[in-house]
Amino acid sequence: MNDAPVMIRVDRLTKLYGQNRAVNAISFDVPRGEVLGFLGPNGAGKSTTMKMLTCFLTPTAGRAEVAGFDVFAQSLEVRRRIGYLPEDTPLYRDMLVLEYLDYVTELRRVPAGERRGRIKRIGEVTGIMGVLGKRIGELSRGFRQRVGLTQAMVHDPDILILDEPTSGLDPNQIVEIRELIKELGRQKTVILSTHILPEVEATCDRVVIISDGRLVADGRPNDLVAREHADKFRILLEAGPVAAEVRGKLEAMAGVRHVGQDPSESDTLQFTITTDGVRDLRRELFRAAVDNQWPLLELDRKEASLEEVFARLTKSEPQTAGNKAA
Amino acid sequence: MGTSWIIAKRELGAYFKSPVAYVVLSLFLIISGGLFFFGNFFIAGNATMDGFFGVMPLLLVFICPAIAMRLIAEERGSGSIELLLTMPVRDSEVVFGKYLAALMVLAVGLLLTLPFALTVAKLGPLDSGPVLGSYLGTLLLGGTYLAIGLLGSAMTKNQVVAVIVGWAICMALWLMGFLSSAAGPVLGPVLQYASPAYQFSKIARGVIELRNVVYYLSAIGVCLVIAIQVLESRKWR
Repeated sequence: MNDAPVMIRVDRLTKLYGQNRAVNAISFDVPRGEVLGFLGPNGAGKSTTMKMLTCFLTPTAGRAEVAGFDVFAQSLEVRRRIGYLPEDTPLYRDMLVLEYLDYVTELRRVPAGERRGRIKRIGEVTGIMGVLGKRIGELSRGFRQRVGLTQAMVHDPDILILDEPTSGLDPNQIVEIRELIKELGRQKTVILSTHILPEVEATCDRVVIISDGRLVADGRPNDLVAREHADKFRILLEAGPVAAEVRGKLEAMAGVRHVGQDPSESDTLQFTITTDGVRDLRRELFRAAVDNQWPLLELDRKEASLEEVFARLTKSEPQTAGNKAA
Repeated sequence: MGTSWIIAKRELGAYFKSPVAYVVLSLFLIISGGLFFFGNFFIAGNATMDGFFGVMPLLLVFICPAIAMRLIAEERGSGSIELLLTMPVRDSEVVFGKYLAALMVLAVGLLLTLPFALTVAKLGPLDSGPVLGSYLGTLLLGGTYLAIGLLGSAMTKNQVVAVIVGWAICMALWLMGFLSSAAGPVLGPVLQYASPAYQFSKIARGVIELRNVVYYLSAIGVCLVIAIQVLESRKWR
C-alpha cells in the first residue's frame, strides 16, 4: 500500500462471549496516515473490536498492536497514544463541558499551561466553544457527540479510534466532522466505524467490512465496488431488432450466464448481461452489435454502489474465500 | 497517587453536584444528633460523647454503603466506565481515587458533628482524649464500611443492588460482633475480635493501639484489592 509504518496491527483477533464468537479471527493492518472505515451491520463485532483495540476488553485469542505496543501486555502505553470515542458517547452528565475537558486533559497529562490552549484549538474545530459553560447533561445529542470528539483529540493522540463519530449530528455538522477527520488522517491514524456508507466513500482511504465477526472485505472503497461488480454489463439499443433474437445471440456469447431485458422507453431496448466471472465483455458486446447491425446507443459495465457491495457481503451466511479481497 | 487524586477530585465534585451527599449526610447528622441529645444524654447528665459514638457501629452500617454505592455502579450503568478505563489510568488508581472521595465525604460528615462536641464541652468538662480517639476510630470504622460499599459497587451496574450488597456485608459483620457472646468460649472471642464494632470500642476509649489501626487498614486493603480484581475481571481470558 505505502511505506508508512504500521500503527495498528490486528492479527487473528478473536473475542468470545460464552460460546458466541463476537469477533472471529480478523486480521488487518493500518499504516500511519490512513483513515480506515470499519463497516458492518449492527452486532457484526465493530464495537467489540474497537473495545479490544482500546484495551477495554481483552482478546480471547489472537493479538493486536497499537503503535507497536500489545493491547494486553502494554495497555497503559497503548492508552497513552490513543484517543477514543466510544459508542453512545458516555460522558459525565453532571459536569460542565469545560470542567470535563479540564479533567480529561489532566488525566491525559497535558501540561497545565497547555490545557486551555488545546481545548480552545480543538474546540473551535468541533464547534463547542459556545457551550463550554453548559452542563453536559443539558446538551443536545449532537453537541454531546462533539464534546466526545473533542475529548478524543484534545491530547493530540497519534491514533484515533472513533465508534460512529457522526451519529446524532445534523448534515452540516457531519460534513464538518468528516472534513476534520480527513484532515487529521493526513498525519494520524484513524479507525472509524459507521453504517453510513456514503461516509466511508467521503472520508476513508480504506474500508474493512465485517459480518458476523468475520472480515469479509478489505480494500479501497472504489476497488471494492469495481471488483464486486465487474460481472454486469448493460447495452441500450434503438428499437428495431427483435428482442428475443438479440437475447438469444447474447446468451450464446462465451462466458455469459444470464441475460435480462430491462424495462425501457418504447423506442429502445435495454439488456443486462451477467457474466460468470470477472471478465470484461465490452469489446465482444460492441463487436456483436456491429456484426448484427444493432443500433447501439449505450454500452457500459454496471457500476454498483457500495451499498450493494455491503449488502451482498454481509448477507447472513458466511462468505466464501472468493469474496475476500486482498 | 497523582492519577488517583485527579479522579478523587472529580468524584468529590460529583458527590456535591447530586443530592446524594446532602441527603445521606443530613440523615447522618439528624439520626446521630437526635439519638444523642434526645436519648439519655440529658438524663445521664454526664459531659461525655459516649452516647454519640456508641451508635456509630450500627448507624454507619447504613450510611457508608449509601455513600459508596454510586462510585463504580453509576459509571457501569451509564457506560462512562469505558471512557475512564481507556484513559491511561490503572484500575487500582481508579478504585483508590474513588475510595478517597468517599472517605472525604465521610470526613465532611464527621466535621459537621463538631458542633455536637462543642455543645457538650460548653455544658461540662469534656475529656478531649476519648473524643479525638473516637473521631479517628469512627473514620477507620466508616472507612472499612466504605471499602465494603465500594466493593459492592464494583460488582454491579445497579446502584440499588450495590447498596444492598454493601448493607448485607456490613450488617453481617456488625451482627458477628453483636452475637459473638452466644458463639461459645472458643469461637466467641474470635468473632468478637474480628468485628469492626469491637475494634471501634477499643479505640473509642481514647487509647489508640497500633493493632486496632492495623485491623482497620488491613480490612480496607483487602476490600479495595478485591474491588480492583472485580474491575479487572472484564479482562480475564
